[in-house]
Amino acid sequence: MEAWWRALIFDAGYNTSLVTLGAMLLGGGAGMIGSFVLLRKRSLVSDAISHATLPGLALAFILMALVFGDGRWMPGLLVGAGLSAAVGLWAVQAISHRTRLGEDAAIGAVLSTFFGLGVVLLTVIQSMAVSGQAGLTGYLVGSTAGMLAAEAQLIALCSLLLAAGIFVMRRDFLMVCFDPVFASTNGVRVQRVDMLLMLLLLAVVVIGLRITGLILIVALTIIPPVTGRFWTDRPLRVVALAALLGALAGYLGVTLSSVREGLPTGPLVVLACFVLFLVSFLLSPRRGILATLMAHQRFKRRVHLRQGLLAMARDEAIFDDLTMRVLRRQGFIRRDGVATPSGWAAARDAEHEERLWALYRQYYPEESAQLDHRGLLPIERVLSPDTIMVLENRLMMGRGAHP
Amino acid sequence: MSDFLMFSLVPMTVAIVICMSCALLGNFLVLRRQSLIGDAISHVALPGIVASFLLTGTLASSAMMLGAGVSALFTVAMIELIRRLGRVENSAAMGVVFTSLFALGVLMLEWNEVGTVHLDVEHALYGNLESLIWFEGTSLAALVDPRALSDLPPQLARVAWMGALVVAFVVAFRRSLVLASFDADFAASVGARPTLVGLLLVVMVAVAAIAAFEAVGAIIVIAMFICPAAAARLMTDRLASQVALSQLIAVASAVLGYVLAGYGPGWMGLGVSLSAAGMIATLSGGFLLLACLFGPHRHRREALST
Repeated sequence: MEAWWRALIFDAGYNTSLVTLGAMLLGGGAGMIGSFVLLRKRSLVSDAISHATLPGLALAFILMALVFGDGRWMPGLLVGAGLSAAVGLWAVQAISHRTRLGEDAAIGAVLSTFFGLGVVLLTVIQSMAVSGQAGLTGYLVGSTAGMLAAEAQLIALCSLLLAAGIFVMRRDFLMVCFDPVFASTNGVRVQRVDMLLMLLLLAVVVIGLRITGLILIVALTIIPPVTGRFWTDRPLRVVALAALLGALAGYLGVTLSSVREGLPTGPLVVLACFVLFLVSFLLSPRRGILATLMAHQRFKRRVHLRQGLLAMARDEAIFDDLTMRVLRRQGFIRRDGVATPSGWAAARDAEHEERLWALYRQYYPEESAQLDHRGLLPIERVLSPDTIMVLENRLMMGRGAHP
Repeated sequence: MSDFLMFSLVPMTVAIVICMSCALLGNFLVLRRQSLIGDAISHVALPGIVASFLLTGTLASSAMMLGAGVSALFTVAMIELIRRLGRVENSAAMGVVFTSLFALGVLMLEWNEVGTVHLDVEHALYGNLESLIWFEGTSLAALVDPRALSDLPPQLARVAWMGALVVAFVVAFRRSLVLASFDADFAASVGARPTLVGLLLVVMVAVAAIAAFEAVGAIIVIAMFICPAAAARLMTDRLASQVALSQLIAVASAVLGYVLAGYGPGWMGLGVSLSAAGMIATLSGGFLLLACLFGPHRHRREALST
């Protein structure tokens, strides 16, 4: 606990602090870029990209091991990873655009083929007598233990640049994500912006390899945006929130992993993301489960109240328990089920309103078809006073005509 | 020859059976644009297996299969829940669930140092096909010797059951499967129960993924769910030929992949062997690449004008 606290307040050594900062920047960048990708409904493209880094990583390792005798130099590995990820990304685009296969098949095919190739190359490395092989497993599930200061600096710097780049491009991305045609009439080069979006996604994935590992980096680009979406409907706020949540997850995950030797960073970062997601999923006032359930309960009670009052007005017996309870709580009936004076008044009002609604449906069939009132709101909250006046007059005239 | 019997026959058979059954189901996944369900389910087998190990303390395969099965169903339920209640887009919901569960699995592994008992992330991902050695398979006579046959690795029987189950499912439900995959509304109108069939398909995918997972790891499963069926889809317009072609490609990937991985380096004068699972996945991707370049039906058809 104390070790975690020290990491939380950036007091656990230069490297840990640097890695924490890097992970926060990375999480922020991943959250931002992921929001746009989510809007574009292409979230799982990053899964293909991240798995496609493995053959590049392994090849770069082999090349560097053959030339320099040690394959662990991180910038070289990341360049290799980036190149093969770019090939994978291109393959996904080519398969989904130029053949009849859907993007899901393209993603799955690229992901598994590239990863399979990477695994083959890993076994090649195992058979080579070179040092530093253990360094590669860190790229599978992420590990920040034993990270060099230079590596941490590189990650932090790249993440900062990426975050800045995404921030600059945010308006173009947004336009392309929502309405490519509108964007192109506004002089935005849609193809180029789309490409840039994907390249930035690729860069985030590659930079994040060392921290979360290639299997889990995809989570950083998906979960924070989805979480942010729970709290707001405004796109740029989703982006900002996702950046914040991603940074928070990076912060919590990396500091937690520094508590105990051998705790993998990637899973902790992802689980931190997931906890934030779960909280939002339950508690968000707009789309959360709790809010949805409560809205449903409110709706149910309104229906029962309405139906109960109408039944009272028509002098029908009420057998439903919930209806009785709702009416009793409102003071419309007594404990023994006999209506109170206020109950009678409310019942008469409800019946009157129901007649007005019936007239409204009769005279304005199209408008009423568009309304989603179901007779549950007071009529004056839905219709304008003029309309209600017209309906009242019609109701009176109707009574006059048919006594 | 005895070398082949002892070291290669069982892994190769297992690989062939797994590839064929996964590719068979894959045809429908690709048609329904649900390819990534296979991806998600094979990832979450890991947390299921680790959790069942932590609960029961054994690596007995029945417990592991149960754990993986439960986690697969849990995943599907979670995805649906998040998609419906949270109004989150399908692929994003999938991404949220399977990455989180996989992360949980990795964390449980590392936290409890289960790594020492032959269960680690690498094993989960690319399996251990080469370890399925048939020690009694010393000569051809062993093929008819009941004592030697009883020594066959248990994975073989399990995989065979899985294959039989998958084939039985597809044969029994072929009409509904085809209808539901092409036109769910029509299927519903003629009483073919598309929702039920879809759910059963997911269950079968889970069964296949879990049985295969233990023997060969997740990567081959994902590749086989998608690549052969996708390649076959680019070769023909008829479903029957597509299924047949996908089976052919699956077998070819399995056999060639296994041989290349096991003997390829030897031919080049290197005394090592490569990951068979990885090689099989790579080859199936190679077949897909060929189909993408030359498949007679690779282009998207223009919509029929009405």
